[in-house]
Amino acid sequence: MTTLTPVLTDTWDKERSWSLDTYLAAADGYTGLRKALTMPQGDIVAAVKDSGLRGRGGAGFPTGLKWSFLPPDDGKPRYLVVNADESEPGTCKDIPLIMASPHHLVEGVAITSVAINCHHAFIYVRGEVVHVYRRLLQAVQEAYDAGYLGKNVLGTGFDLEVTVHAGAGAYICGEETALLDSLEGLRGQPRLKPPFPAVEGLYARPTVVNNVESIASVPSIVRNGVDWFKSMGTERSTGMGLFSLSGHVTRPGQYEAPLGITLRELLDMAGGMREGHQIKFWTPGGSSTPMFSDKHLDIPLDYESVGAAKSMLGTRALQIFDETTCVVRATSRWMDFYAHESCGKCTPCREGTYWLKQVLRRIEDGGGVDADIDLMVDLCDNILGRAFCALGDGATSPVTSSIELFRDEYQAHIDNHGCPFDPVRSALFEYTPKAGALAGSAGGH
Amino acid sequence: MTHDSRYDEATLASLKSDAEAIVARYPDRRSGLLPMLHLVQSVDGYVSRDGILFCAEFLGITPAEVSAVATFYTQYKRHPNGTYTVGVCTNTLCAIMGGDAIFDELSEHLGVGHDETTDDGAITLERVECNAACDYAPVMMVNWEFFDNQTPDSAKAVTDDLRAGKPVTPTRGAQHVCTFKQVSRVLAGFPDGLADEGGLAGAPTLAGLKLARENGWTAPAVPAAGAPEGESK
Repeated sequence: MTTLTPVLTDTWDKERSWSLDTYLAAADGYTGLRKALTMPQGDIVAAVKDSGLRGRGGAGFPTGLKWSFLPPDDGKPRYLVVNADESEPGTCKDIPLIMASPHHLVEGVAITSVAINCHHAFIYVRGEVVHVYRRLLQAVQEAYDAGYLGKNVLGTGFDLEVTVHAGAGAYICGEETALLDSLEGLRGQPRLKPPFPAVEGLYARPTVVNNVESIASVPSIVRNGVDWFKSMGTERSTGMGLFSLSGHVTRPGQYEAPLGITLRELLDMAGGMREGHQIKFWTPGGSSTPMFSDKHLDIPLDYESVGAAKSMLGTRALQIFDETTCVVRATSRWMDFYAHESCGKCTPCREGTYWLKQVLRRIEDGGGVDADIDLMVDLCDNILGRAFCALGDGATSPVTSSIELFRDEYQAHIDNHGCPFDPVRSALFEYTPKAGALAGSAGGH
Repeated sequence: MTHDSRYDEATLASLKSDAEAIVARYPDRRSGLLPMLHLVQSVDGYVSRDGILFCAEFLGITPAEVSAVATFYTQYKRHPNGTYTVGVCTNTLCAIMGGDAIFDELSEHLGVGHDETTDDGAITLERVECNAACDYAPVMMVNWEFFDNQTPDSAKAVTDDLRAGKPVTPTRGAQHVCTFKQVSRVLAGFPDGLADEGGLAGAPTLAGLKLARENGWTAPAVPAAGAPEGESK
């Protein structure tokens, strides 16, 4: 049986868990930084490479390898940018992490900056979480005051400025090059790659962009060693990760476990589905990862196994829906999101998400025609692989996967000229739906 | 400053001094634009024409360039915002768990639709996208503080209290919800000293940790100090 492995979460139940004092006392805080400052920079990069840590922001790219792509130091600035723009539907790990224990991240920023010889790091936090931003601003100030940041870090002569930057509401800024444009004060639209950020990133200088949880995991690797980290997880998906359970489960929340744990095990820990109900479909890593059904409960949640099952581990955002949920409604609402968040730069995504939204709404509203299912598959074919960035690709995932798993349900909407589900049954409270409107259609968007 | 700005001298001086503090955080002044737009909202309650001109003049870019940015991001308001932005998550998971019903009932209760403001200027109602609190669904945000596990009744009670001028406490966040202008100033990077409020995380955040404590589950033991890296297992 797999058990939970609290590392990042281990301090979260301590008094004033967000304070430097608690981090120092309860997590050997900043001993990783002290150690890193005595190591040759190459050894820190090598340790993170050897640990097998892979990007926790969704793509799963090896973190140490990303660092090693920086060109040789030419003495001019190179930057670390932390992506804290957590917005992928279902993803809710980085925000509670920063709220509960921001110093895991701040120490990770300091160690990574030492490793890549960066003297100015940025943390880009989505703007819609003001208390998270407050706690992070305060943590960074505490770290400055204690000498972990600023001029002459811990007396070593290493200088490091850290700027905490609030975004202003745009999902696309989670895409790393859109984030860089946004951080430069522009509209957040993705850049053509190559050049990759490692070569030309922020201000066209070599830049590492990493997710919050990736960077927050670095201190534990430096402090406890490569083998300690690799003793968790699978051979190619090493270490621990935050699994975020949400939806129709008894105890939704954050479960920090070794990669490779299964949803069946996690559901067990979370008290199962809400009483009297069964699982119908779920996302392994956010809405942009193809959905699974009750047939997939025993797939190890690691990068390889989920990939082999034709989805992606993504951000381990396990959104779980029971049999009361209409998959067409769920998909339709996700498509509203992608259409709303498409930045408009490329045609396949801008137009494709717009039209998918129209077709899905029509089906949900009872106006679907037989050709609509194939029309959506065709639309998805014209987006996937043709969009400028991953947003367009991700938008097709819920559509194609739900059609693959629940084609009959789409057909039933078309045949019966409407949705066979009662939305009240999937809500967590009793209510009387407003007459004559699609659920939630009031007010427009 | 442009001759047609309607800011009085004191406001302009304080905007300039805050903007200087903002751009000093970055190697390139232009990076200050997003926080400066939050700053403008902290003064005007939305991205005003004067605010756009101020940003353009201060950064040496055109008003069109500032507007292009201001209209791209949903947190920047193009008309005067209510004292409180009430955002109901109607992305898939929250919508299905009850967010749709909450939005519909609030909309009827307040008599406004998405991105509309009540006549008393107290509340701007919005649909919001996923706000990274799915384990607390259905979620509502008031001025970007978390109101977790909402029902139509709890949401209506919050808005009633806000309109009555009573202090309102988020489920996770500062002791009381601040005004839109106050919160905009924090988002511009000026701390308000409330970081220590709000206490520990909520139950879902701690769900896994609690279970681990109950069962004595921990991460693997750390190899003995001094053991050479790569040898212990």
